[in-house]
Amino acid sequence: MTIRADTSTGGTSGAGTPPPLYAPQKKVYPQSVSGRFRNIKWAVMGVTLGIYYLLPFVRWDRGPDAPNQAVLVDFPGRRFYFFFIELWPQEVYYFTGLLILAALTLFLMNALAGRVWCGYLCPQTVWTDLFYAVERWVEGDRRERMKQASEPWTARHVRLAATKHGIWLLIAWWTGGAWVLYFADAPTLVYELATFQAPMMAWMWIGILTFTTYLLAGFAREQVCTYMCPWPRIQAALTDEWALNVAYRYDRGEPRVSLKEATKLRAAGEPAGDCIDCYQCVAVCPTGIDIRDGAQLECIQCGLCIDACDNVMARIGRPTGLIAYDNDINIERRREGLPELWRFVRPRTVIYAVVIALVGSMMLWSLLARDMLGVSVIHDRNPVYVQLSDGGLRNGYTVRLINKHNAPRELVLSLDGPPGARLEVVGAATQRADGHLVTVGPDTTRELRALVSVPPGSDLAASTPVTFHITDPDTGEREAAADFFRAPAPANTP
Amino acid sequence: MADKKDIDEISGVETTGHEWDGLKELNNPLPRWWLWVLYATIIWAVGYWILMPSWPLINDHTRGLLGHSDRAVVVERIEALEALRRERGGRLIEASLDEVVETPALLEFAMASGRGAFGDNCAGCHGAGGAGAPGYPNLNDDNWLWGGTLEDIQESILYGIRSDHPQTRLGDMPAFGRDGILDIEEMRAVAAYVRGLSGLEVAEGADLDLGATVYADYCAACHGPAGEGSRDLGAPDLSNNIWLYGADVETIVTSVREGRASVMPAWEGRLDPVTTKALAVYVHSLGGGE
Repeated sequence: MTIRADTSTGGTSGAGTPPPLYAPQKKVYPQSVSGRFRNIKWAVMGVTLGIYYLLPFVRWDRGPDAPNQAVLVDFPGRRFYFFFIELWPQEVYYFTGLLILAALTLFLMNALAGRVWCGYLCPQTVWTDLFYAVERWVEGDRRERMKQASEPWTARHVRLAATKHGIWLLIAWWTGGAWVLYFADAPTLVYELATFQAPMMAWMWIGILTFTTYLLAGFAREQVCTYMCPWPRIQAALTDEWALNVAYRYDRGEPRVSLKEATKLRAAGEPAGDCIDCYQCVAVCPTGIDIRDGAQLECIQCGLCIDACDNVMARIGRPTGLIAYDNDINIERRREGLPELWRFVRPRTVIYAVVIALVGSMMLWSLLARDMLGVSVIHDRNPVYVQLSDGGLRNGYTVRLINKHNAPRELVLSLDGPPGARLEVVGAATQRADGHLVTVGPDTTRELRALVSVPPGSDLAASTPVTFHITDPDTGEREAAADFFRAPAPANTP
Repeated sequence: MADKKDIDEISGVETTGHEWDGLKELNNPLPRWWLWVLYATIIWAVGYWILMPSWPLINDHTRGLLGHSDRAVVVERIEALEALRRERGGRLIEASLDEVVETPALLEFAMASGRGAFGDNCAGCHGAGGAGAPGYPNLNDDNWLWGGTLEDIQESILYGIRSDHPQTRLGDMPAFGRDGILDIEEMRAVAAYVRGLSGLEVAEGADLDLGATVYADYCAACHGPAGEGSRDLGAPDLSNNIWLYGADVETIVTSVREGRASVMPAWEGRLDPVTTKALAVYVHSLGGGE
């Protein structure tokens, strides 16, 4: 990593005074470029933004009692829907698994080819790229934009700026608009937004995300990556010498001389590098750096300098790849005349891949094998036990039955407790030989009040374990919840 | 202001031209964004004065063009809440008590609102969990002085017990000792006899024959020949294990001597019909009712 002190803005006071720590922002005017990596970036932008903007409209049939939106965060209903997956609030730990997977995938990408996430996939990169495209389309390429910035305002500038910011705001608004669609039925909400009947909350979130998109993609841009994002710092600590990175092959490029000079030097048998110092790599860079300074924090490794350099090399008839995905090991090996060496299978990549596979399959397994039935019990706190008229004792419980199926279910609630213990259920339950038959609605829970009584003279300890069993007679599924039957401590019994 | 710009040598910043003992004040203006925010808030404030109630007058205040009033908003929200309650509670009113218990949605609503109403109105005497206290019946057990069906419980809540409601439940335990009907010997004897009715230990030397006679003459009319009690009169069952005031001889003697006439207020007119119904369902569920 190269640490560069920016001397152009340094203090004017005498020698020996360190340059100020504060450096004003230098606006970046990236030039348009075409080539392989630019095409990859367009394709990735199309796919990622396409998913983001259109996914809420994808339908997924879950039957009559559930929403038919493929991806939906249903806060009022306290459910998260993702195609065939439906999560309850108590299952948010799956998101932890998802975050672990995301982190490990990021690490694996980094071990293979550096900041793939930053260069192609990160929302900050994608939206900034889109905003730059709009800027170029409206105001022209690098030179025109720099010229306009240096000129005083004219009617034409105002018109161009208004058009640009108008389109930016429209994109930003639609970004916020798509966001809220993930939290409600998308077609309904679109209709409500169009007819101004949407809830205040929707407008508020659209407003917030319009603002953040406009600010981050239109103004903050590369400063988000350089100053706000923690990943460049972490990335530098996680990388190794085998990882590919967008690199200037200084073994080929140095010394930098002009095309004319190089012909002269080479004719004289003197060394002349392939780099002609045309600054095209700098002109196209969205973070405004010089890749020839080596790997640096600001570089998001989007590959646009590769395209720019390849275009120049092709034009002057030199081999492409002066800037390319490479690592220092191979640059050194080439310099020493050794063959290139690529090593993608290394302990680091293998471990990442294995852990990804492990976490992924664990999540899949637990998702497929998760219980569609559940029961939980809370003992009454007050009174802890009740004396009955015949001298027996009774305890009260609140039992909650959970049915994650999308159809109503008939469940049998039964009790395993001290001898003679009798279970009663308040309301809407049919007594059967094997317990109480209770209907639980589709995809919901049902709370029941349950009373357990023991006959007089049971002579129980202060606390006796009991188990509530829940059985689906149709499928044979069983679940149980343990609790205790409380009685007066034997010593205190009159 | 000086005609020529005076630039501070060290910082390179223009000075205001003011000087104190050789120290010059630098002219560092406020950041432009800060000023714009200040101007925006000033414009906002002026707009606010015009649109919203803001300036106090002697007897009133300026109303503002939008006619906003926090009081009106509160009234509106309370009305909306009551409308919601009427809608939910409406179904509770139409359904019979048994239907409420048999319909999961109604039962859930009744239990939830009953629990809240119990905490607000009943827990003071009966305890937060309805476990009662001496003189205040435990609502979790299976012993009901005036009946434990949903309808019985609702009636007790509506009209009260020995309350000032014309339809109140009435029943008197006379003060046999204070009114000179029984002497202390007789009271002790009948207390021992009553303990025996529910199988409790009887003190040695107690005159059970006298107790039986006194019981038959004075108590059996309300409490029944075998102490089974009477729900019509709210006379407790004396043959079971539940003792409202306590089972020791002294407490029983006090009951006989002074009588007992604890009061439960009538809630009709104080609680709306939906709440009373929900309370009946909730109280019934505490111990399973009858």
